[in-house]
Amino acid sequence: MLNYTIRRLLFTIPTLLFISLIIFLLLDLAPSDPTGNLPLSIPAEVREQIRQSLGLGEPIHIRYYKWLVQFFINEPLNIIEQMFDITIGDGDRLRVTSWSTRSPVVDLVLERMPQTLWVVGMSYVVGVLIAIPIGVYSAYRQYSWFDQTGTFISMVGFSVPTFFTGVLLIVIFSTIVPTDSFFWLPSIYDTTHKVTDLASFGFQIRQMIMPVFVLGLFNAAQISRYMRASMLDNLGLDYVRTARAKGLTENVVLLVHVLRNSLIPVVTVIALGIPQVFGGAIITEQVFKVNGLGHLLIGGIEAADIPLVQTLTFIFAVLIVFFNLIADILYGILDPRIRYD
Amino acid sequence: MPDGAAPILEVSDLKTVFTTRGGEVHAVNAVSFELAPGELLGVVGESGSGKSVTMMSLIGLLPMPPAEIRGGQVLFDGVDILKMTDDELRDVRGSRIGFVFQDPMTSLNPVFTVGFQIMEPLRKHMGMNKKQARARAAELLELVGIPEADARLRDFPHQFSGGMRQRVMIAIALSCDPKVLIADEPTTALDVTIQAQILELVKELRLKLGMAIIWITHDLGVIAGIADRVMVMYGGQVVEQAKVKDLFADPQHPYTRALLETLPSVTGKRSERLKTIEGQPPAIPEQPTSCSFRERCSLAFDRCARENPALYQPQKGHDVACFWDVKTGGPRDG
Ligand SMILES: Nc1ncnc2c1ncn2[C@@H]1O[C@H](COP(=O)(O)OP(=O)(O)OP(=O)(O)O)[C@@H](O)[C@H]1O
Ligand SMILES: [Mg+2]
Repeated sequence: MLNYTIRRLLFTIPTLLFISLIIFLLLDLAPSDPTGNLPLSIPAEVREQIRQSLGLGEPIHIRYYKWLVQFFINEPLNIIEQMFDITIGDGDRLRVTSWSTRSPVVDLVLERMPQTLWVVGMSYVVGVLIAIPIGVYSAYRQYSWFDQTGTFISMVGFSVPTFFTGVLLIVIFSTIVPTDSFFWLPSIYDTTHKVTDLASFGFQIRQMIMPVFVLGLFNAAQISRYMRASMLDNLGLDYVRTARAKGLTENVVLLVHVLRNSLIPVVTVIALGIPQVFGGAIITEQVFKVNGLGHLLIGGIEAADIPLVQTLTFIFAVLIVFFNLIADILYGILDPRIRYD
Repeated sequence: MPDGAAPILEVSDLKTVFTTRGGEVHAVNAVSFELAPGELLGVVGESGSGKSVTMMSLIGLLPMPPAEIRGGQVLFDGVDILKMTDDELRDVRGSRIGFVFQDPMTSLNPVFTVGFQIMEPLRKHMGMNKKQARARAAELLELVGIPEADARLRDFPHQFSGGMRQRVMIAIALSCDPKVLIADEPTTALDVTIQAQILELVKELRLKLGMAIIWITHDLGVIAGIADRVMVMYGGQVVEQAKVKDLFADPQHPYTRALLETLPSVTGKRSERLKTIEGQPPAIPEQPTSCSFRERCSLAFDRCARENPALYQPQKGHDVACFWDVKTGGPRDG
């Protein structure tokens, strides 16, 4: 297993290099001008100077090389320095810098990460926690009213887009419901809000309810379907009959024997879905004005901020590759029949 | 097998019906039989004759719905199992009645160690702690002939061969010293040499532990080797039951005779082709009002189409459900 993991980790290096090259080339092909958003009164030679100062004068392979050095060597060194409060070398190195804000991209990402994790991450956790029991019970009582209702809700959950459910909720809970009502919920997520006491914690919960519900419903809809299908696959198998023949209670049969087997594919699906927490919630972040990573990415695209977009996209790619690896390793851990060497 | 001892298991008039999209399937129709303590009862009959469903009905292992037990009585040690609550039934299952199923490759849970799976009933029914259960599990593995039992407890089912897994299944079934072991075609999925080994093992265990066994099989040859008594099932009914030697010496039901003729004989001529029974086993959509074997029976006459024959006793300990009397070579009266 360890061998396998190391082999896989080594193999991710060329994969990621290749992905980064593709991202770099694609964005370079895009006909965008970083000075395009500047006032028209700026003379052409000044614009050219700005371009030069952004490093655009150099040939593409040099720029790619510089980005590689900045992202893979300088940024990690920087993070290490900050974490351990030390200085490596002279501590002065070029970082991947956003064109529009002139601040290092990694700092921007770290700044936006908490919002995304709070809202989107929480909705994923909530989704998973709801989905698993629902999936288990739906399968156990297949075709019961509970199962039918669950099927209906999850159909709605993943066929209605989040920008629709989001706006619908905003219309109901932020505009129709009166502002002084207990049921009123803020439509804009206030990132500057700090939790200091019970009341501010209450407000934090309030402002999280809608985005978390919208995304949570979407996630739960999908995962509960997987869970149900996987349980159903297992419920008919011979080992379940054996477990019953041993006189075990239904709870043990279901929650130990069947669940343990059914979770194997579901855990994989859950792990593979985690990168989407970071990237895939762009729309919901827009709807509720959560200024997380999705928001940052959209802003970067609008401002033609190529280093920002490139780095963010690449980080998403890294997450996808990483969680693919995690999923495979989890599979090997959960299923004793799988041997990776 | 002590003659006349009170039976450990007494089934009467058991009826099991499946409700399916295509209507009802009367899979078990008024089945009655007895099992004496320590006796080995062989159950034969072709695929779909209701052998498995009968045994699973006894012990509440059928999914309900679609299955429903419409009637009958199953006295186990004098108590009616069918009237028990789910909890009471669970206490009988796996502790006083053990089960071994056909396919050892799929009957064990792939993600738990063999040790865990043997220890489960021990901890549940015998109230053992982990350590005691572990020691007992190792003993059981040794008992069923698996060497290096201690180490093998930590292995997963996929690390065992088919025959070994069936031994593990037997160990699980015997873990709580059951009074009855029900083995549903335990050797069908195994190759011939392994089959023979498992048969030997069961014979030996039976001598050692003295439990009664119900052994379901397609193979009359196997029955001849191990059973005390045989019950032949057809179309969800018992069509004949007798002591093994009586059944082989003097088969009464045309279906039994046909089954015996399909057996390859050791003394028979090499070139002789194996016989098969012509026709299809019946689907049983409703309570039968005629003999279900009638369409495949060369001896059928008009009464067979009008009535469903009940069990009749041509001699003590030998029951047959047929209107034709093989002794006189004519229709039986009454
Ligand atoms: N879940 C079910 N739903 C509907 N019908 C069923 C179900 N299980 C079994 N049956 C029916 O019950 C009848 C008896 O089946 P059973 O499994 O007892 O046969 P069997 O004698 O054990 O056969 P085999 O030798 O193949 O194991 C069959 O006709 C089958 O179609
Ligand atoms: Mg069967």
